[in-house]
Amino acid sequence: MWNYSDKLKEHFFNPKNSGVLEEANAVGEVGSISCGDALRLMLKVEPETQVIQDARFQTFGCGSAIASSSALTEMIIGKTVDEALLVTNKDIADYLQGLPPEKMHCSVMGAEALRAAIANYRGEEWVDDHDEGQLICKCFGIDAPMIERAVEVNGLTTLEEVTNYTKAGGSCKTCHEAIEDVLEAVLAKQGKKLEPAAGAAAPAPAVIGLDQIAPLAAPVTAKPAAPAKKLSNVQRMQIVIAALDEMRPYLKADGGDVELIDIDGKNIYVRLSGACSGCQMASVTIEGIQTKLVEKLGELVRVIPHTMMAAE
Amino acid sequence: MGIYLDNNATTRVDDAVVAEMLPLFTEHFGNPSSMHGYGAAVGGKIEWARGEVQKLLGAAFDTEIVFTSGGTESDNTAILSALKAYPKRREIVTSVVEHPAVLSFCDYLESKEGYKVHRIPVDGKGDLDMAAYEAALSENVAIVSIMWANNETGTIFPVEQLAVMAKKVGALFHTDAVQAVGKIPMDLANSEIDMLSLSGHKLHAPKGVGALYLKRGIRFRPLFRGGHQERGRRAGTENAPAIVGLGKACQLAREALPVELGQVAALRDRLESALIEAIPNCFVTGNPANRLPNTANIAFEFIEGEAILLLMNEFGIAASSGSACTSGSLEPSHVMRAMGVPYTAAHGATRFSLSRDTTQAEIDKVIEVMPGIIERLRKLSPYWTNQGASTAFQPVYS
Repeated sequence: MWNYSDKLKEHFFNPKNSGVLEEANAVGEVGSISCGDALRLMLKVEPETQVIQDARFQTFGCGSAIASSSALTEMIIGKTVDEALLVTNKDIADYLQGLPPEKMHCSVMGAEALRAAIANYRGEEWVDDHDEGQLICKCFGIDAPMIERAVEVNGLTTLEEVTNYTKAGGSCKTCHEAIEDVLEAVLAKQGKKLEPAAGAAAPAPAVIGLDQIAPLAAPVTAKPAAPAKKLSNVQRMQIVIAALDEMRPYLKADGGDVELIDIDGKNIYVRLSGACSGCQMASVTIEGIQTKLVEKLGELVRVIPHTMMAAE
Repeated sequence: MGIYLDNNATTRVDDAVVAEMLPLFTEHFGNPSSMHGYGAAVGGKIEWARGEVQKLLGAAFDTEIVFTSGGTESDNTAILSALKAYPKRREIVTSVVEHPAVLSFCDYLESKEGYKVHRIPVDGKGDLDMAAYEAALSENVAIVSIMWANNETGTIFPVEQLAVMAKKVGALFHTDAVQAVGKIPMDLANSEIDMLSLSGHKLHAPKGVGALYLKRGIRFRPLFRGGHQERGRRAGTENAPAIVGLGKACQLAREALPVELGQVAALRDRLESALIEAIPNCFVTGNPANRLPNTANIAFEFIEGEAILLLMNEFGIAASSGSACTSGSLEPSHVMRAMGVPYTAAHGATRFSLSRDTTQAEIDKVIEVMPGIIERLRKLSPYWTNQGASTAFQPVYS
């Protein structure tokens, strides 16, 4: 039996705001019957103030799916649409005093439904990037194609690196054998062999001046090519653009894209769009881009989402 | 007191079984291999237990019974033994609805050891595709491993007939009878079944004990090597208290077989027909005409099993579900999928498994509360409206 929190049980046994919202002007429908959970989120947004006046849900799913839906409606009523968009799946899980790792996808479904409903309100098209491929890491919802891409793009060779780049296997660790199988298959295609797990973690490279945003994990393969020749600003920009172009097909395969916004010394600002923006893996994507740019430029740079510009 | 309808998961250890076991912890604690009175007393009890298992299975000899740690060990041992005994035969025949103790092990043997595995499909009622079975049999097959009765639906496979067919190509026939033993009569002496797995805790014995039936004369390769216990077929000091408990449980099961086939089946039918009558959009999965007397698996459409179980638990009712969410996987039960039960219903499949302890008052209580539970969840479901299902939906069988 799952170890559900009291808060979660409260929202399951007595869900708030369930049922149809007749006067809804925004509807988000996500999930799939095959996965065993589906959610219809209905919002009533006041056009003048953009405030969500009411929210209701209908959910097909387990206890934590119903509780996540109920929690979500409680969290967003009274917020403006922009404020509501800041609600992440982690916020939903935290609101419920945590979810079992295998149930985190329920909170992701809530966050997705919210984005879908707001896109619907704004007349935008929302692309469901919920992948139904074979899940390898159930804690973080990582499937085999995603691990394969990370291994191919970044030249990963160890389980540890795969975890650093994708989060897969970083929580309960029960999928390590499955990750190694995927890794081995990709490496075999490249004519390489799986490196045995290192006794100790590889030392983190010195990341000078990049301490304001702690990277998710040390990018193991990131090392400046030596000797670094002094490049002009235009040369640097061209290298950056070429590197981003090189990565674009992989991002597009995931339904996303990347755009260069500005280069300010060592800081390179990018905008992730499409499925990449707001994706829980955005930080991993940023990290992958940073690794690539460090490699191409032969100098240590920091890749920053453009949303952080104002905060700088 | 709660209402326990999850006896296919595990059963309450019978009081008489506990009583039979207790002296093995206190008075008769000896090692049966020891050359003194302490050992002899325990050895005698183990041999008595072996005889009780033999009688329940209708086996010809008590030496055909090997005690193990349970169903999974018996299953793994049987399959591996056949592959080792017949190294030139590189194929395995099994079914798509086996327990993971067989299915996952076959997956492993296929992907890591290079064996060819034939997984025989089932139809909408969970009955085996006999034509596919016959086609899969050949002189390359070392072992057929097909369950006697399915744990989720209770559907019974014609294992005696399947064993005869396997014999014709010289393949060993193993059956995982964990769910069937003690619920239906067995007569192994007059069958072609070579190996059979059973588990104690499914028939009111404790967890951690089981048995493997090995027909006299078949080739066997042990999984555990070491001591001479169990005639060298399963090394390791015997789990004497549990083995004696299993023996007592088999004796009780043999005596209770008429209760199982009579009273238990009648209560199951009462529960099933009342729920189908009272609740719209639900249906029985499996083959109602050919299944275990204690199992009812009902698929409630447009709602999800874990939510059903959580609400039932509030009423003290324990059952089980084939939904994805109860297992932590993302797929509903492989048995429901193999039968072609649509996703809209597979996630709401709920298994009620009774035992000889189940009373009519308990069943009537379940009949009373279930409609409200289902209605409550359907009110939350986007696939459901006040008028019923939000899309015209016809299950493949009803």
